[in-house]
Amino acid sequence: MSTQKYIIGTFNDEEPLLEAVKEVRAAGTPIHECYTPFPVHGLDEALGYRRSRLPRAAFMFGVLGFSLALFMQAWMLGFDWPMNIGGKPALAWPDFVPVTFELTVLITALGMVGTYLVASGFLPGAEAKMPDIRCTSHVFCIAIPSNTADYDKMHALLMRHGADEVAEREIEL
Amino acid sequence: MGHHHEVAVHEEKFVVPARLRNITFGLMGIGLVAIVVGLMTDSHRFWANFLLNNWYFLGVALMGTLFLATQSVSNAGWSAGFKRIPEAMATYLPYAFAGFAIIIFSVLMHWNHTYHWTHEGIADPTSPDFDEIIAEKVAYLNLPFMIGRVVVIFTLWYLFSRTMRRNSLAEDLQGGFKMLKRNKTISAIFLPVFAVSWAMACWDFIMSIDTHWYSTIFWVYHFAAAWVTAISIIALTVIYLRRAGYLSIVSEHHMHDLGKFMFAFSIFWTYIWLSQFLLIFYANIPEESIYYQERFEHFKLLFWINLVINFIVPFLLFMTRGSKRNENMMILVGVLLIIGKWIDLYIGIMPGTVGSHAHIGFVEIGMFLGFMGLFVFVFTRSLTKASLVPTKHPYIKEFVTHEVM
Repeated sequence: MSTQKYIIGTFNDEEPLLEAVKEVRAAGTPIHECYTPFPVHGLDEALGYRRSRLPRAAFMFGVLGFSLALFMQAWMLGFDWPMNIGGKPALAWPDFVPVTFELTVLITALGMVGTYLVASGFLPGAEAKMPDIRCTSHVFCIAIPSNTADYDKMHALLMRHGADEVAEREIEL
Repeated sequence: MGHHHEVAVHEEKFVVPARLRNITFGLMGIGLVAIVVGLMTDSHRFWANFLLNNWYFLGVALMGTLFLATQSVSNAGWSAGFKRIPEAMATYLPYAFAGFAIIIFSVLMHWNHTYHWTHEGIADPTSPDFDEIIAEKVAYLNLPFMIGRVVVIFTLWYLFSRTMRRNSLAEDLQGGFKMLKRNKTISAIFLPVFAVSWAMACWDFIMSIDTHWYSTIFWVYHFAAAWVTAISIIALTVIYLRRAGYLSIVSEHHMHDLGKFMFAFSIFWTYIWLSQFLLIFYANIPEESIYYQERFEHFKLLFWINLVINFIVPFLLFMTRGSKRNENMMILVGVLLIIGKWIDLYIGIMPGTVGSHAHIGFVEIGMFLGFMGLFVFVFTRSLTKASLVPTKHPYIKEFVTHEVM
């Protein structure tokens, strides 16, 4: 990934950030991302994010886990090595339910975590990309791509909303 | 935050529309005809259906009180705005008690042979009717002790539900936290009392039909069934009232939460169903597995329909977020669960009473509709007696601003 020019606005509190985000978007200027130390209620809505499609991935992983678990048990107990357990038929489906349930949940959970890490670029070893290291403790940042924004206008807008500082920087985000 | 607009909280007086009232009378009329037909053709079948439907709506009414108790001890605000609905459901309790008084009276008069352990000579070794297994259970299963238990249990349920309703109505007049705290204490006492008394009622009225058989998870199973039914009825009532122009303070966020309740507890019911079935299947002890053998041999179709209608269909239909926020979908799932839980109870009660020739005919459907008519009549009449919106509930503001992501 290469670097790009961004206008970075830094705030002390989440409320002014939220108001600034709304106004920047109302002015028709695209926002790259906001960086906050904790989830800000209503921010994803203000940024216009669509709902996550993670549940769809979860459903598919669930179906995968369900099928794998049933196949594994049916193949092992019914075909590969049939055993007489308490006189039950080899393919006694009620016995499969607990293992099928657990494996469905396990594969769904692991699949969701994996999907999330890949989709967000958070795989282990990934470099942390943020405009300001203080975003992990107490500072709220907004990053506006410079090529689609008017610096003076954005500077005035963010300062009016109480930004501590507004600067244009060439960084990788 | 979000974009909810300000919703005004003001009193709402529900008036039962003439059409709804006529429908409830019509249903009760069908029920009466079914009762007469049942009594004249096969009294055994009549008493089994009477027990089934009376138990079904007893559970719904009691779960109304239990719902309030769980919300009260957990300090819940999300359900505060529609709590008049479970309160009104619980006012059906005395009618269900009267139904069980009729059942016990009919057993005493030897009109009703539902309970095998009440037969004369069953515990007498010299009698031709002697039953060794039941003889060992008569210390608990005998009519005087059973009637005593039932009187105590019903009295407790009535006192708890009436006191909670009274305090809740008093809260609407005086405001403040006093009644909320008082109801919280009462609810905390009610929960363990409910657990024990409900278990006993399940043994006495339902499990003792198959007197030889027993299951330690039986009452949890019946709790799950009644609870899902009650939540579905609450959800359907909220939808009905909103479409009739009431309860505008209830938003899609509350419906989403009610939907989650229905979804989660239909899965919970299945979990308990399997917990009971799997152990009996696996252990394969004749005195236990006979219970499922009877049902699997003579009620095979309903046995599978039970699982499909109560688990697989709601599970697939109600899985996504959008479907829980879709009122028509909620009506569909709610109706399926209400019918499904009746079928569940049908295959619980019929094999031990009517036996293998039991079938769903006019008497079954007519009596269910009749009891439903009576329940809806009592329930909606109670809804008119207080403001639908508890305007002075301390958490009403939290209720109005409730948001589910």
